Parts: sequence; C-alpha cells; structure tokens
Amino acid sequence: MNRLSTKHLVGIKDLTPDDIHLIFETADNFKQIINRPIRKVPSLRDITIANLFFENSTRTRVSFELAEKRLSADVVNFSSSTSSVSKGETLIDTVKNILSMKVEMVVMRHAAPGACVFLSKHIDAQIVNAGDGTHEHPTQALLDAFSIREELGDLNGKKILIVGDILHSRVALSNIYCLKKLGCQVKVCGPPTLIPRYISALGVEVEPNLMKGLEWCDVANMLRIQLERQDIRYFPTLREYTMQYGLTLPMLEKLDKEILIMHPGPINRGVEVTSEVADSDHSIILDQVENGVAIRMAVLYLLAAQKDVNA
Amino acid sequence: MKHKRLILDSDLLEIVIQRLVIELRENHGDFSQSAIIGLQPRGIVLAKMIHQQLEKQTGKKILYGELDSTFYRDDFRRTGKPLIPNTMFLEFIVEDKKVILIDDVLYTGRSVRSALNALADFGRPLNTELLTLIDRRFNRELPIQPDYTGVEVDTRAHDKVIVELTDDKKVWILTEEQTQ
Repeated sequence: MNRLSTKHLVGIKDLTPDDIHLIFETADNFKQIINRPIRKVPSLRDITIANLFFENSTRTRVSFELAEKRLSADVVNFSSSTSSVSKGETLIDTVKNILSMKVEMVVMRHAAPGACVFLSKHIDAQIVNAGDGTHEHPTQALLDAFSIREELGDLNGKKILIVGDILHSRVALSNIYCLKKLGCQVKVCGPPTLIPRYISALGVEVEPNLMKGLEWCDVANMLRIQLERQDIRYFPTLREYTMQYGLTLPMLEKLDKEILIMHPGPINRGVEVTSEVADSDHSIILDQVENGVAIRMAVLYLLAAQKDVNA
Repeated sequence: MKHKRLILDSDLLEIVIQRLVIELRENHGDFSQSAIIGLQPRGIVLAKMIHQQLEKQTGKKILYGELDSTFYRDDFRRTGKPLIPNTMFLEFIVEDKKVILIDDVLYTGRSVRSALNALADFGRPLNTELLTLIDRRFNRELPIQPDYTGVEVDTRAHDKVIVELTDDKKVWILTEEQTQ
C-alpha cells in the first residue's frame, strides 16, 4: 500500500484504514523535518495551492499555510470577507476564476455541509476539506488520531470519549469515522439535545455521565460549544452546561489512572475545560497543534503524488 | 530471456569491502572529524558494514547516520508512482564534518544529487565524498563521480544490478536478452 485510494480529501468517510496508516507514516517523516533547523523540503515546488476560507479560522488556516510553505508550494490565500463573494459571486464562479490562474489544489473551508464534495465534482483541481459546516473536518481527525498514536501507540482497542456539542461538531463526526476505522471504542457524552438521534448507527455509545465516561476512557476529547451554529437553545445556561459537562482538575485527580485530554481549539476556558486542565500535564492540546502541520504536509504530499505533472 | 551474470561472489565481495575500508582509513585518519552517512533505502546495509569495520579497526566511535532524500527527488509526480519516504536517522550536526555518503549502486547520479540537497538542509559539511560498491559508469545523467568505488561495471540502461548483502552476499547483473 503506497498510494491513497482517493484523489481528494473530502472526508474521513472515503478513506480506508490503509490510507490513514499511510498518512501517519508519511507524517512521521514530516514531523522530523519540521523539528530540524531547516524545516523545508522542495517536493511541491511546482504546485500552487489556493486556500479558500469562507468561514473564520486561525489554527487550521495557519497550519495549512505553514504545511504548504514547508513543502515549497506556492500559496494564494482568499477569505470571503475581503472578496467578491460579498458582491454576490457564486462558489463555482469564484473557484473557477481562481483556477484559471493555474492552481492545482484547493484547500477549502465553507459553512455549507457538502461544499467540498460539490466542488470536487465540478472542477478539475484536487480538493482538501478544511471543514464544511457541521459535516467533516478530516485533517483535524487525522491529527487527533496521530497525536493519540504518538502517546499511546497503536490505536486498536483504545477507548476514546468525545464530550460536548456532538450535534454541531464536524470534528466529532470526522473523529468518530477515523477512530472507528482504526479499531477504537468510542463513546460520546453531552446534553441529550446535542447528541444526534442516530448516533448509534455509527457504532458509538452514549454516556450521559461525564465522570463515568472519564473512568472508562483512555482519552477524553473535549469539544467546544458552538454557540454560533445553534439556532435554538439546546441547554438552559452555559453555567449549567459547565456544571454537568465541564472538566476540572479535581475530577482528573479522582481517577485511579492517567488519561489524555485533547481539545481541537479554540478553547472556551472555564466552559468545557478549566484553565488548570488545559495547561496540565494531562493535556496534549499543543502537541495536537504541532502535529497538525505534519499531518497536513503528509496529506498534501500524498494527494499531489496522485497526479503526474503531465497528466 | 533473462540472463544472470555474477559480478562478485561472497569471498570477492568481502575483499572489496575490506579495500574500501582501508582506503577510507588512509584518507580519514582517526575519523574524529568524519561521519558515515548511508543513503536510504539500499545504501544502509553497506554503510552499516563499513561503519562496523571502521569502528572495530580504529577502536573509536565514529559518527553514523542514515539519510533519506525522497522529498528532494526530481522525479516526484513524473513516474506515475508515489514516492514513499523511508526513515531518517541523523542525530549529529554535519556542519564542518567530513561526510562520506555511502550507496550500493551509482547509476544515473540523480539519487546522489537529491541526497546532496537533503544533506545541505542539515548544515554545511567541510567536504562530502561518495563511496559506492558498484559504479555503472556509462549511464550517468549528471556530472557526479564516486571517490571510492568497489567495482566498475558496464551495463545497458535496461539491465539491473542486484546487490545482496544480507544472507547470501553476492552481486549480480540481470540482463534482458534481445530476441529478434
């Protein structure tokens, strides 16, 4: 197995376990590269990548841009707030205009679920999904699983608890697909109104009690409450949410084992996790960010390898 | 029809490697400033053998590394195949070192070119030399020549040189006979 089974990275759903392992093995090499004095390789020097961010982003955007630059690709950045999208241009028109300037790859974040699949069917460039609405965020799931692998070794049989707003979270969905493909056991925990009704179809169990979930798991992935995506009230107050589903240091100290704490960011300190937890030795939040660059380099490198220069 | 020609049997191979080790000792003295770097994937076994011999004969620790140049190759997206990287192991600074790059076969010179670029990203060595067990001398595509050579062989482009260094130590040339 030495090539991906897909031309685009739209979601983890399309990847095979072999694809995921190949991405991890390639990311191991890139992690070594980004930790040495000269952090750059010339592999993608003949490729131009457009970063189209139709939605706000700090980490993912900077991470993709660094990954691209460390692979020596040429990069053009675009954000919807400063573009002609605000003048009424459609998605396809915007992208086609950018592609006519000879762009080989598009990294896109969009508020509409399915925007990347739609685009991949209508344009010739390779698409990398950097988050589409409440659907998927594949590179986040890959870097999360890669970070767990780095700490705990093989993921097969590991117990992962995902806590928070599962309903609106693309990170949760991509994580569930990825972890299940790698043989993990996954439970979700959160207010019943924020757990999707058919979650069991994904092979995931619901654990209503956070403390019980923590006792069960090896890793707890704490998600952010996505107030910007909530059109109605799903729970009475943030304070009540924090009392039931917020993670504190005394809770971790009560456990008779060590567990890893993850968070995809941005953190609402004092809501889903307290500052002591986020900054504690249990937390691998900043390792996740570092691994993000290596994983994105691996994804871009392996996707680029799918298409020959003269094809 | 395929034709297999034996170039080095295990006895001769042993002698050749010993000669290479002696040539290196002649030029590098106590190896205090020198470093052995094997080129991934196929130069590693030879590099380890030579490194082991050198440490045994000099009684000193000699710097050793393994360099992978996959991300520096010039045929990425040009072969119809992806290029999968190998592990890299280089835990010293090459700045001001006398580096000896070791590979099993020197053919077009393109791998060595990419290795030189990869090496440059780890610092500026005092000088860099190339040791190769087999030199396919008439197939070069770049102006690269070895400093230490096991044997020179004359081959055609579609011939294959097979170097077996693990169990049964031998070097073969595999020739495809042209049938008219």
